Amino acid sequence: MKTSSLLFACFVLLLSATAAQASADVQRGQYLAMAGDCAACHTSRHGQPFAGGSVVPTPFGAIPAPNLTPDRETGLGDWSADDFYRAMHSGVAHDGTSLYPAFPFTSYTKVTRADTDAIFAYLRSLPAVRSADTPNTLRWPYRMRSLMSAWRTLYFDEGEYATDPKRSAAWNRGAYLVQGLGHCNECHARRNSFGAMVQEPFLAGGIVPVQNWYAPDLSMGPHGGLAGWTEADVVALLKTGRSAKGTASGPMADVVMRSTQHLSDDDLEAMATYLKSLPDREPQRQRESAVGARDLALRGQKVYAQQCAECHADNGRGKGDAYPPLDGNVSVTDPTGINAIRVVLSGGFAPVTKDNPRPYSMPPFTQKLTDDDVAAVVTYIRQAWSNKAAAVSPADVRAYRSTPGG
Amino acid sequence: MRRLLRRLLVAAVVFCAVPAPAADSQAVPDTLAQRIAACTSCHGERGEGGDNGFNPRLAGKPAGYLHRQMQDFQRGLRHYEIMEYMVAPLTDAYMREIAEYFAGQEVPYARHPVPATTAAAMARGEELATRGDPKRGVPACMACHGPNLTGVQPDIPGLVGLPYDYISAQIGAWRTNTRSTVAPDCMATIANRLSDADISAVAAWLAQRPVPDDAHPEPAGSIKPPLHCGVLGG
Repeated sequence: MKTSSLLFACFVLLLSATAAQASADVQRGQYLAMAGDCAACHTSRHGQPFAGGSVVPTPFGAIPAPNLTPDRETGLGDWSADDFYRAMHSGVAHDGTSLYPAFPFTSYTKVTRADTDAIFAYLRSLPAVRSADTPNTLRWPYRMRSLMSAWRTLYFDEGEYATDPKRSAAWNRGAYLVQGLGHCNECHARRNSFGAMVQEPFLAGGIVPVQNWYAPDLSMGPHGGLAGWTEADVVALLKTGRSAKGTASGPMADVVMRSTQHLSDDDLEAMATYLKSLPDREPQRQRESAVGARDLALRGQKVYAQQCAECHADNGRGKGDAYPPLDGNVSVTDPTGINAIRVVLSGGFAPVTKDNPRPYSMPPFTQKLTDDDVAAVVTYIRQAWSNKAAAVSPADVRAYRSTPGG
Repeated sequence: MRRLLRRLLVAAVVFCAVPAPAADSQAVPDTLAQRIAACTSCHGERGEGGDNGFNPRLAGKPAGYLHRQMQDFQRGLRHYEIMEYMVAPLTDAYMREIAEYFAGQEVPYARHPVPATTAAAMARGEELATRGDPKRGVPACMACHGPNLTGVQPDIPGLVGLPYDYISAQIGAWRTNTRSTVAPDCMATIANRLSDADISAVAAWLAQRPVPDDAHPEPAGSIKPPLHCGVLGG
């Protein structure tokens, strides 16, 4: 009798210890899934969490993000932790087919087995939702999955993150998050004509395909996109959506809302430590300014005084926490001018975050200013104060008039 | 003793008054109106509506209705690119606060031009708005939007004081599925039962309808809708 109750007590203890471990894994997995911003693609605007339904637009066609809930027929119900690791690490699905790199396995390959297991445990804990994938709309020849093997040979380096023993623990943690789950380079780099992200130089900025925003260079060194930023500025932007140097907009606002604002201060500081170590950049080669750029800037100065100076100030330094500076703001001076044009046209709110629950906003000027006036004011702010970026033309403005949501 | 107290009091006033900040050019008003400049630049400082016929008046519309529209833009049920972009980075709580701000504004209604139309069309418009067309399963606008067409708290908007362009564009949007809401979407059902001429007629009749002196929405629960509507809880 005594022995059996002792055995029973041990059994209960063991069970509850296992359950506690499982629930800790699920919690860690939820955090890691946020760090990976999985929901950005795998949760649709009006769907259940992680039930898929969003479509990832690519220059080669649209690729639906699949259902990650444990539904047996339409989700990951039949997947094992091994299957999930293979998808994350090698970009190969449960049925052995190669996944398209719209799923950033090119970055997720760096994620450790323990972390993919935790994410998988979290996904298994979600309610199963029946939601079948829609077929992709890839054009020929890109819809031939067999092409992926050549692509992988050329552009995919499989392998978990290797700790650099010469660097601090924080630096390594930051590098792991930025290069792996954060998959920052998937946007903050150019892509070649086969859709592969450029790895060298790393995080040097590029146009986000189809969405048409410019994801800036993330080097904080001389001539870097974030030159003049401190690590505290980087943490502030990732945590609150705004910093003394600029505000997150476009796709980055979404990243802040869904992902980075939820990360721990330690992790955000680690990411900043890593970004701080990115190499200095070559001075940007100036794009030739169009003929008449000087007249355009002069005209833009008048538009600025009438429409912009009240909030962003005559000296371009912005006002307090509400309105970001334009002087030295990488969203103003990015090499393409895309971000400045789009923000002037669409205005918008800074992302709502825990630390900025009622953000200030900027009026959209798409109904107020002509293409000529937008080109003028954008040219002015790109060349005023300490800014020295190339002019933009009314034709550049026309190209982005109808892309507010992208 | 009293003198000492008085001196202390004076000293306290002076001490406290002196550090009052000099006019700070950097100070940005901490008001919702200032925060939502993105909304008011098109919809008017107090939600009185834009002057182009398409940026609708928001002032005085029921908060539940305004909140729902922002949710629908966010979820991709209602489509208008600039609005979808605008609400994308907002939380439900902030959208609710913005909805309540505009719902609480009392602003006189502007008059909008009404396109020239025939007497027959006007009569058809009045018929649809006041009696509906039972043969085609179209209830009267008044059956849901209230006997004075000023809306019903908390979810049904008023239809008076809206420009012709806006009303006809919205009914058209329900037919082309660029405006929808949670199922069952009864306005989509109704819009699909109307002919093109009906849309034009009812929009013209509503647009010319004088705004009553009391344009507030009717109290909650004062109407019994003839259709099951998702926005009214199904």
